[in-house]
Amino acid sequence: MEPIYLDNNATTRVDPAVVEAMLPFFTEHFGNASSIHAFGSQVGKALKKAREQVQGLLGAEHDSEIIFTSCGTESDSTAILSALKAQPERNTVITTVVEHPAILSLCEWLEKEGYVVHKLKVDKKGRLDLDEYKSLLHDRVAIVSAMWANNETGTLFPVETMAELAAERGIMFHTDAVQAVGKLPIDLKSTKIDLLSLSGHKLHAPKGIGVLYLRRGCRFRPLLRGGHQERGRRAGTENSASIVGLGVACELARQHMQTEQHVVRHLRDKLEMGLLGQISHCFATGDTANRLPNTCNIAFEYIEGEAILLLLNKLGIAASSGSACTSGSLEPSHVMRAMGIPYTAAHGTIRFSLSRYNTEPEVDRVIAAVPPIIAQLRKLSPYWKDAAPVKEFAPAYA
Amino acid sequence: MWEYSDKVREHFFNPRNSGPLEGANGIGDVGSIQCGDALRLMLKVDPESERIEAAHFQTFGCGSAIASSSALTEIVKGMSLDEALKVSNQDIADYLDGLPPEKMHCSVMGREALHAAIANFRGEVWSDDHEEGALICKCFAVDATLIEEVVRANNLHTVQEVTFYTKAGGGCAACHEGIEEILAKVSAERAGLGEVSPPPACPAAPELPKAQPVKLTSVQRIKKIEAVLESVRPMLQRDHGDIELVEVQGRQIYVHLQGACAGCMMEAATLGGIQQKLVEALGELVQVLPVSQMKTA
Ligand SMILES: Cc1ncc(COP(=O)(O)O)c(C=O)c1O
Repeated sequence: MEPIYLDNNATTRVDPAVVEAMLPFFTEHFGNASSIHAFGSQVGKALKKAREQVQGLLGAEHDSEIIFTSCGTESDSTAILSALKAQPERNTVITTVVEHPAILSLCEWLEKEGYVVHKLKVDKKGRLDLDEYKSLLHDRVAIVSAMWANNETGTLFPVETMAELAAERGIMFHTDAVQAVGKLPIDLKSTKIDLLSLSGHKLHAPKGIGVLYLRRGCRFRPLLRGGHQERGRRAGTENSASIVGLGVACELARQHMQTEQHVVRHLRDKLEMGLLGQISHCFATGDTANRLPNTCNIAFEYIEGEAILLLLNKLGIAASSGSACTSGSLEPSHVMRAMGIPYTAAHGTIRFSLSRYNTEPEVDRVIAAVPPIIAQLRKLSPYWKDAAPVKEFAPAYA
Repeated sequence: MWEYSDKVREHFFNPRNSGPLEGANGIGDVGSIQCGDALRLMLKVDPESERIEAAHFQTFGCGSAIASSSALTEIVKGMSLDEALKVSNQDIADYLDGLPPEKMHCSVMGREALHAAIANFRGEVWSDDHEEGALICKCFAVDATLIEEVVRANNLHTVQEVTFYTKAGGGCAACHEGIEEILAKVSAERAGLGEVSPPPACPAAPELPKAQPVKLTSVQRIKKIEAVLESVRPMLQRDHGDIELVEVQGRQIYVHLQGACAGCMMEAATLGGIQQKLVEALGELVQVLPVSQMKTA
């Protein structure tokens, strides 16, 4: 049985055209882009082309606004630390409770270092309160960082509006768009977004390559100092093969944008309706009317996510879960907790994230496979009897 | 995903004795929905002989929670209650050919359910003193509660001491920040209580002796080495280990590590710690090596 990969928010398959484009950069085009000789200048040209391809996908005004980094996490760290270092008179960061750990762990550390971090809360659908946001924009805020799309639920934040509100008050705005790039049309030149992070491996490029978009004129301090690569904004010899790969992946993402918006969305909707329609006591989490076209996150109540994943895996179906057990922590996903999803449901959340490689027969197979798994686990669950939850189970120290 | 043994997988995919048990007369409900585990253990006990005739379970939890529950019912079936009370969480883990360290709490939950079910059969009230803290050291599965207890009880001040006492921090070092936070917290409490505690100040850089002020005779030197080993022996014995001095060849000191410490990831950390102490005590740079590395002349 062919495996079905529905974990594209974790990482994606590298497109064969991307691999093809990269290979010569491990062999004949091995030069260092900084070198004067022919080996170097070939690579230099390829990097320039890749930079323009990324610029094209993001709708950036200048190709010099694209800085290649090693990953989404590095881009996130660079953006926030740069804003704090470049504006020593400002000590506050505004972000949200549902960010990726790439932002949240950094912010925790910043708090220990004495900075002020304000995390915007979300409602039960994962939405922000823009009035609360506006009330927090003051002249001590160095930067606002809000994700464009949530990795667990796909929920979109109104980052364009938020960036405008920040700009009106002279505050820098960063967005972690790692999950959004390639799945949504983006045109940075028509927004007030100053900084944006993306990561190659989420859009069919390899792992270990990322981009920080830095609007021209935005104050900046590098994270890595050294050589003059990336105009001194990110030292270290360029990862030329991966940069070329990312360029091609961005080009492909642009070509496939309609597929993503229509075909992938249709498959996702079919999957979600199929599951919600057949299984009782489950619901889709997040702002379902306003989310990425490829993501659905369903909470199956009274059972635990890792157990679901193990049974799915046995049938060759790959997805992910927000349960405590899969994360290695003792708490379920912070995103589910932030939305106030009860523990009996938060542990049973399963994220299905699709890509342009998924097909209708695959979705049909998943729709057929999931209900028996849920029924099987509920039969084992002390919170469940016959076809309904039981109230009387209340274990000691629950 | 986790590395589960074949036995864990097998019990998860084909759980034994699952579902309600007709005529159960001892029921134990334990768990924590917050942590994502909850278990109902149902026993049918013969009141005359106090033997467990049947055991069933219902579990909300991950693969290893379900497998541990299944294993537990298989283990206790046919046991007398007194025998069953001796079943430890390690027995459950061993039955499954081991659990990943982060999942050991699943076996703990099994044992607790067993105690709760037996208490229920006997008409007693079961109370539990189990509280799981956040896992700090993932390499050796040590949680915050334990580290804090040990830091308090033994008046520890450094990450290295915590590693000696609990193993926490002896592996990948990722948790050193977390351990430092616990140390800082306890130290702040000590200060608050007015207890005098030595400041956790950075020790002065050890003076690397170029010309030794007083040269020790080789007997004096060995005595000093023995004294240092004596001082770390209690920590090693806590882990069922021990240390023996085998040979001193100039700057190389060969020791024999025994028991739990030998060969495990802790060996290097342990030897490193002892070396540090010896360098301080002897006032010279020495190297502590396992006897296996001794070149027999
Ligand atoms: C929203 C978000 N931000 C940041 C990252 C981190 O990206 P990378 O793995 O490239 O460091 C991820 C990927 O998991 C993500 O989903």
